[in-house]
Amino acid sequence: MPLYPSVLELIGNTPLVEISSLSPNPSARLFIKLEGQNPGGSVKDRVALSMVEQAERDGLLVPGGPAQALMEPSSGNTGIGLAMVCRIKGYHLKVVMPTNVSIERRQLLELWGAEIIESPGSEGSNGAVRMAQGLAAQHPEWVFLYQYGNPANPMAHYGGTGPEILRDCPGVTHFVAGLGTSGTLLGVGRFLKEKLGEAVQIWAVEPPSGEMVDGLRNLDDGYIPPIFEELGGAELLDRKTVVRPRESIEWTRRLTEVGIFAGISTGAAVAGAVRCATSLGPGVEASIVVVSADGGWKYLSTGAWTGDLDEVTERAGSIIYF
Amino acid sequence: MAVEVRLPTVLRTYAGGAPVVTLDGATVGEVLGKLVAEYPGMAGQVVQADGSLHKFVNIYLDDDDVRYLDGVDTPVPDGAEMSILPAVAGG
Repeated sequence: MPLYPSVLELIGNTPLVEISSLSPNPSARLFIKLEGQNPGGSVKDRVALSMVEQAERDGLLVPGGPAQALMEPSSGNTGIGLAMVCRIKGYHLKVVMPTNVSIERRQLLELWGAEIIESPGSEGSNGAVRMAQGLAAQHPEWVFLYQYGNPANPMAHYGGTGPEILRDCPGVTHFVAGLGTSGTLLGVGRFLKEKLGEAVQIWAVEPPSGEMVDGLRNLDDGYIPPIFEELGGAELLDRKTVVRPRESIEWTRRLTEVGIFAGISTGAAVAGAVRCATSLGPGVEASIVVVSADGGWKYLSTGAWTGDLDEVTERAGSIIYF
Repeated sequence: MAVEVRLPTVLRTYAGGAPVVTLDGATVGEVLGKLVAEYPGMAGQVVQADGSLHKFVNIYLDDDDVRYLDGVDTPVPDGAEMSILPAVAGG
C-alpha cells in the first residue's frame, strides 16, 4: 500500500466486484464497479477533479491564488465532489441545488464549506441548470464549470473509469450505467467501443425523473446535456431503459445479499443490468459491468432499506436520487 | 392493438387530468397520432409536424426507449404499455 500525499490521489481505481449470484441468467456474469469507494463518496469525484484540473490548465482557476468562486448546478454528487476538491485546493464553491434532495446531501455540501443556492424542487435538475445559467450570466467573475457541457466530465471516464473496467474485466460484453449528465456513459462507452467495437453494448438506465418533475410548463422546458448531443450520445448507446422507483429500491435492498450497501440509483442501474441479462438468448455468454454511482449512506434518511416498501417508494418519488 | 399510454404531469392537463389513456395502433407512431387526434392540445408537444418525436420527449415501450428500437416505426404488441417522459437532467 503506497503512502498518499493527498486525498485527491485516492480518486479513481475503484474496485470491480463480481455479483453473479444476483444474475437471473447463469450464462451472464454480473460485475459492479463501486464508485462509492471514492473519497467524496461517489463517481462524481472523478468528474469534479477532472473539471477543476482542466480549468487550472486553461488558466480559469489559479491554484494558490486569491480565493476564487466557482458555481455549479447539481442534484448532489457533483456538488459534493467539487466541494471536497475545492476545500482542499482553496476555492469557494456555490452549488445550485433543488430543494428536494436527501438531507445528507445538503449536510455533506455544508461540511465541505460549500454555499447552497436553492432552486425550486418542482423543477428538478432542469430548474437548477436554468437558474445556474442565469447566475453565470450575471456573475462572469464566478467560474462556471458546467458539468453538462464540459468535455472534462466524459474525459474523466474515457481516461479513468473506462480503462479500469477493461483492465479488470477484459471480456466485458455489456456496460450499464445511469444517465444523469451522460458523462459516464459517453466516456466509458466511447473508450470501450474504440477498444472492443461492436463486441460491447452500451446500455443507459434512466430514472423516471420526468414523471416526478411537475414544475415543467411544457415539454420545451426539457433538457438534454450539451455533451450528450455534441459527443454523439444517441449514436453511442445501444439501448436505453427506464427503471421506476419501486424496482430501484427492491434492487437496492437485494444488493445487501452480496454485502453491497449502495445508493438508490445503483438499484436502478442493477435492475437495468438484470434486464440486460434476461434479454440475452439462451446460452449466450456475457460479462455485464454495471456502475454503482455511490454508497447508501446519503439515503439512510429515506428509510430505503428498513421502511415499508410502499411508503418508501412513495417518498422516493418526491426526492431526486440521480 | 390496445395500449395504455402513461402521461407525464405536464401533458395530463390536455387529457382532462388523466394519468393514463388507452389507445390503439400498430406502431408507436400510430398510437401517438391517435393521442394527438384525441387530445389536440398535445399537438406539437409530443410529435412534430413532420411526424418525428419532439426533441425533449422520450417514449418508452414496456420500459425501452423507442429511439433505440425503431423509433416511431417500432411495432406495438397488444397489451403493451407506453410511457411518455420529458427529458430531464441528473447529476
